[in-house]
Amino acid sequence: MTLHVEVVIADRELWAGEANMVIAKTLEGDIGILTGHPPVLGILAEGSIVRVLDPEGSGGEDGAGRGVTAAVSGGFLSVADDRVSILAVDAQLGSEVDTSAARSAADEGSGDEDSTEVRYARAQLRAAGEQA
Amino acid sequence: MAASLRAVRQRIRAVQSIGKITRAQELIASSRIIRAQQRMRDAEPYARELTRAVEAVVSRTSTLNHPLTAEPESVTRAAILVLTSDSGFAGAFNTNVLREEARLLRTLRDRNVEPVPFVAGRKGIGWHRARDIEMAHTYNGFSVRPAVSDATAITNDLLEAFDKKAEDGGVDEIYIVRTQFVSMLTQRPLVARLLPLEIEESSGEPEGGPLPMYEFEPSPDIVLDRLLPQYVEGRIFYAMLESAASELASRRRAMKAATDNANDLTERLTREANNARQAEITQEISEIVGGANALADVTSESE
Repeated sequence: MTLHVEVVIADRELWAGEANMVIAKTLEGDIGILTGHPPVLGILAEGSIVRVLDPEGSGGEDGAGRGVTAAVSGGFLSVADDRVSILAVDAQLGSEVDTSAARSAADEGSGDEDSTEVRYARAQLRAAGEQA
Repeated sequence: MAASLRAVRQRIRAVQSIGKITRAQELIASSRIIRAQQRMRDAEPYARELTRAVEAVVSRTSTLNHPLTAEPESVTRAAILVLTSDSGFAGAFNTNVLREEARLLRTLRDRNVEPVPFVAGRKGIGWHRARDIEMAHTYNGFSVRPAVSDATAITNDLLEAFDKKAEDGGVDEIYIVRTQFVSMLTQRPLVARLLPLEIEESSGEPEGGPLPMYEFEPSPDIVLDRLLPQYVEGRIFYAMLESAASELASRRRAMKAATDNANDLTERLTREANNARQAEITQEISEIVGGANALADVTSESE
């Protein structure tokens, strides 16, 4: 049994596929979803990371778990019947992050620690595997 | 005679160059409409999931008293979001939308509700200016290719107005007037109330099977709080995409008709030109023959 995961933003589907686990951060804290999870509708923390671990789970050549990591600026997580939908206001896959742009966005707004932009930029860096 | 032939030829050239322009417009619209339809399809999963999530929360929270869903006690001002196009050459596209708006304006005024138009698209803005109807906000520059950020800007303005009390320049209701993309051949102007949400009690099963019994994190109220603005933005964005696809489909059709007409007209004018040329030649021949006969008569008489 695997989870069917969709990461969607307003104008397109960012990623869809099968996974054996999804890790996200809601307002109440981290949540890990495996198959058979009861239905949940939660608010994603602003500027957080969603990790989708693929069915083989054990990882690629470099030992890191495969699957995808996405930075989300905010939005929703809905889980029902082994279907996980991430409805993000804005999101980016770790592999597609423009690290230099995200870095400058994070630095630029660093005076304003709590703004969504800064948190989102930091999440993008983390999703791309960089220090934030 | 020679003058009329020249005039007809001039008209043929003019009609042909108009035909070339409309043909180019038609081709541009055809190539863009495929992209516009693709964008609609891409946006569908988000719209679908969002609707399902809203249905789930609303069906669970029986004592719903959220400002975005509660019927106002009295309505004194209502916002109208109108989606029109930036450029013309789109057949009846704008006329149809604006006719629906005019009807809505009348209905609202009959109910003693003050309409507050939010207008997107240069054609709509021009229409309101020409009629001296005051607009609260205007947007343009994106009618064929709306971006999410355009929808966000509109949503923020609308929700800000909705948050305020009517006395302070706010609104009690929000309507949207736009074009629904049914198919390449059919596009329909549509009026719908965006806010407060119409909540329908239905006993039947919702689309996609019964709704699961969700747990809410952190709580149904807070989830609804965050979900509704995102839902409204999603609805507006999807409406903008539909409107863009409709505009292009309408333009393509109008430009195809214009090109066909130009071709018919060219054909007719060409015939006319040929007739005129033939008449000119006939006249010249009869003049020459007449002249020759006259000369022949003169020479035979002198012999």
